[in-house]
Amino acid sequence: MKTVFAKSVSGRLGVMPATPADPAGKFLPASLLRKKAPALPELSELDVVRHFTALSTLNFSVDGNFYPLGSCTMKFNPKAGELVAALPRFANAHPLLPQLPEGEELAQGSLQAVWELEKSLCEINGMNAFTLQPMAGAQGELTGALLIAAYHKAAGNKKNKIICPDSAHGTNPATAALAGYEVINLESQGGLITPEALANVLDDGVAALMMTCPNTLGLFERHLPALVEKLHAVDALLYYDGANLNAVMGRMRVGDVGFDVVHVNLHKTMSTPHGGGGPGSGPVGVSERLTPFLPGPRVVKDPDGRFRLKTDLPQSIGQVTPFYGHFGVFVKALAYIIRLGKSGLARASDYAVLNANYMRKRLEEYLDVPYTDLCMHEFAASASRYAKHGVHALDIAKALLDKGCHAPTIYFPLIVKECLMIEPTETENKETLDAFCDDLIALLQEAEKKPEKLHAAPVTMPVRRLDETKAARDMVLKENV
Amino acid sequence: MPFIPHTAEETEAMLSLLELKTLDDLFSYIPQEMRPGQFDLPDGLTEYEVIRKLEDMSGRNAGIPLNFMGAGFYNHVIPAAVDALSSRGEFLTAYTPYQAEAAQGTLQAIFEYQTAICRLFEMDVANASVYDGGSAIFEAAMMAVRATRRARLVIDSTVHPLYRKMLSTLTANLHLDIVTITNSDGLTDKNRLIAAIDENTAAVIVQNPTFFGNARDYSDVFEAAKNKGALAILSVYPVMQAVLKTPGEMGADIAVADGQSLGQPLNFGGPYLGIMSCTQKLVRQIPGRIVGRTTDQEGKTGYVLTLQAREQHIRRARATSNICSNQALCALRALMQLCLLGPQGLANAARRSLELAHYAADKIALLPKVAMLNTAPFCNEFAVRLPGKASDAVRKLAKTGILPGVLPGLWYPDADAVLLIACTEKNNEAQIDALVEALRSWSREMVI
Repeated sequence: MKTVFAKSVSGRLGVMPATPADPAGKFLPASLLRKKAPALPELSELDVVRHFTALSTLNFSVDGNFYPLGSCTMKFNPKAGELVAALPRFANAHPLLPQLPEGEELAQGSLQAVWELEKSLCEINGMNAFTLQPMAGAQGELTGALLIAAYHKAAGNKKNKIICPDSAHGTNPATAALAGYEVINLESQGGLITPEALANVLDDGVAALMMTCPNTLGLFERHLPALVEKLHAVDALLYYDGANLNAVMGRMRVGDVGFDVVHVNLHKTMSTPHGGGGPGSGPVGVSERLTPFLPGPRVVKDPDGRFRLKTDLPQSIGQVTPFYGHFGVFVKALAYIIRLGKSGLARASDYAVLNANYMRKRLEEYLDVPYTDLCMHEFAASASRYAKHGVHALDIAKALLDKGCHAPTIYFPLIVKECLMIEPTETENKETLDAFCDDLIALLQEAEKKPEKLHAAPVTMPVRRLDETKAARDMVLKENV
Repeated sequence: MPFIPHTAEETEAMLSLLELKTLDDLFSYIPQEMRPGQFDLPDGLTEYEVIRKLEDMSGRNAGIPLNFMGAGFYNHVIPAAVDALSSRGEFLTAYTPYQAEAAQGTLQAIFEYQTAICRLFEMDVANASVYDGGSAIFEAAMMAVRATRRARLVIDSTVHPLYRKMLSTLTANLHLDIVTITNSDGLTDKNRLIAAIDENTAAVIVQNPTFFGNARDYSDVFEAAKNKGALAILSVYPVMQAVLKTPGEMGADIAVADGQSLGQPLNFGGPYLGIMSCTQKLVRQIPGRIVGRTTDQEGKTGYVLTLQAREQHIRRARATSNICSNQALCALRALMQLCLLGPQGLANAARRSLELAHYAADKIALLPKVAMLNTAPFCNEFAVRLPGKASDAVRKLAKTGILPGVLPGLWYPDADAVLLIACTEKNNEAQIDALVEALRSWSREMVI
């Protein structure tokens, strides 16, 4: 499809937001002005509407397709979330409003939304306090790592290492490095972190262990109590990557079992839409001993029920976002939590785990599912037995697209060969799961007989397989004028 | 149960395939001692009840139409088509475009966004976005530290104070030396910036227009940086770029911005959009996702995520950044805003905002004992020194339904009397007249 720039017609006007009387040159010297106007598209409103409507039809989405992308929790995003986030008094509030004198009175609604979401997340996760500032999961991790560093500094601990298991998301080691730590790799045993393996890398220099539970293989880290004990014995902290929280709501609270820091991906577990890659939101929860270090300002509730900003936080790490975080995302997450309530959230995890196990059971004859008889909300399956026919995880992924299903996550976690990581979520019905399993089984049978058909896939999509090597070599990253 | 489609019969059938009796049996690997003791949340509500509850909550925010607050975050017109198009489920409920063939809509839109940013800023390369303007400055600084292998950053104090706070928080453990150059009456002497750049400097970081609204040309500062082997980082205001000298024209190596002014509601602080662009030379240092154009097996044009060897999911601890989720939907909205307005519409928004701010400044500066903070050229925002505490003025005017601006005194010493006033094309002369009269009556009380 032509780009929006290729459709531009010189002199055609779009939406004029205002009619100024004077040229900019009346107010600013020519030396401060740009020489020529930017070559942006010149199109009518209808031209633009047609262009983006046409582009949208080239996407798979949760609204249109089953999207079992492992570790991404592509559950249904309730439409009411969009409605409440767009309420004008939420959407039009300037972030500095409560920082004006007596401005808190003018922003009670927004402050209440922040406070209530923080409280709900504390309750769901068993943490002492939450900050909603981090703007995505990875920034939540960085905030967590900075909190860990601040804690150790205040305690007089000299620590320079963070342990990440080999099954960890790539953001974990990248974050630890960005926070100034040396990253220590921890090999999993039978898919799990064992106390013995931890003991081999644990010493006084370890600041924390970053882990997700269930882990990226979909396994519950059943040695957790022993791990907590070992870590706390050397005053190392335990960080919970909440990417997989959708498995355990109502079944485990990370604070209760000894985690010191947790980040939650609202765009996963709390059902806010992913928007083609963002915005996310990665609130961070902490235990009592880390609470003084949280970023500020913090929203507090006075005894009279008024909400205000607390800025006097002498031990705070500072600010990781200019204001309070992705407020527009908070409103959707809060609506979701209020809608489901206690039993609804627990039920969401129950059915996320049921759906994953149902698929695992239906597929286990055709794929190798290492390590487990029961998975949590997702599972990692290996397609390595088809490699002898020349069929790889990538071929299977592309062939699934032709069936109208988004592919699972592939080649992750790195410790499973030819990995397909499948996360159905609780909002998918049985027919959808069955249809996917039937399609996948048929493809795998075809892989043995006619592998060339999988190599050719996809054939029904807007484009066939794309040449990524050419993209990296040519580096065409924009349309030239 | 909301959003769970399973009937009792289906649940039973699925459990029986697993040879399990109850849902609880699915969780047998979670030791009993790890189960939550308590978990106190209210019961769920119906959709209607949820909407009512949040409507009530939003109603506790005041709706004040006479608003002159800016400080980097501006209430510009957003055409209705931006909401209508960006809320299409095909865009809204897709994930990061890892399966390119099933995400050509998102991928082509990001490629178009990268193109639009490069053209607006006159830079070579743009990424698919980072979180916000502050994280863009942080990532730009990290690019410079990597590219120059130096650890000293020179930053102008008229760069947004909240972004400077973020930079200091996010780099706390990285052993960098951040040198802040002070200003006088909201204006930094460029010679002092130039003098601060030495052979150990990774980058000089400046902003245009400045936090106090002044338009500047940093060409000479950037030339000095180049001579010392340091990179030039410029943070800009995208709407004003329709008329202002571009980062490319000034010789910036990295140009960043908060994209809020392009199609994002103020939303009490986010989600906004971190715009990042750089020269071709720095392409392998820029963090985050980048979309490239390529062809498929049949020679048809298509788009993919490219240069991924920079990213955390490949390089883990040695990645350029830990960023994963970005602001894709906000970038899409910014692109839609730029396409709907076109070069003429964007320039009209900038020019109207500019002329209204000058209309306001001309009148406010004539009020008794009120003076402009400095006499340098400004765009749609300007700072004035009042004959008393600016916070008193704001408190008084807010009671009459006018929010006259933002208080730089929150972040700058000796700025208690300073008020920062912004206009956009959503304001008009009548509103400004009301602001002027309200300030006049307050300042009259002060003078007496």
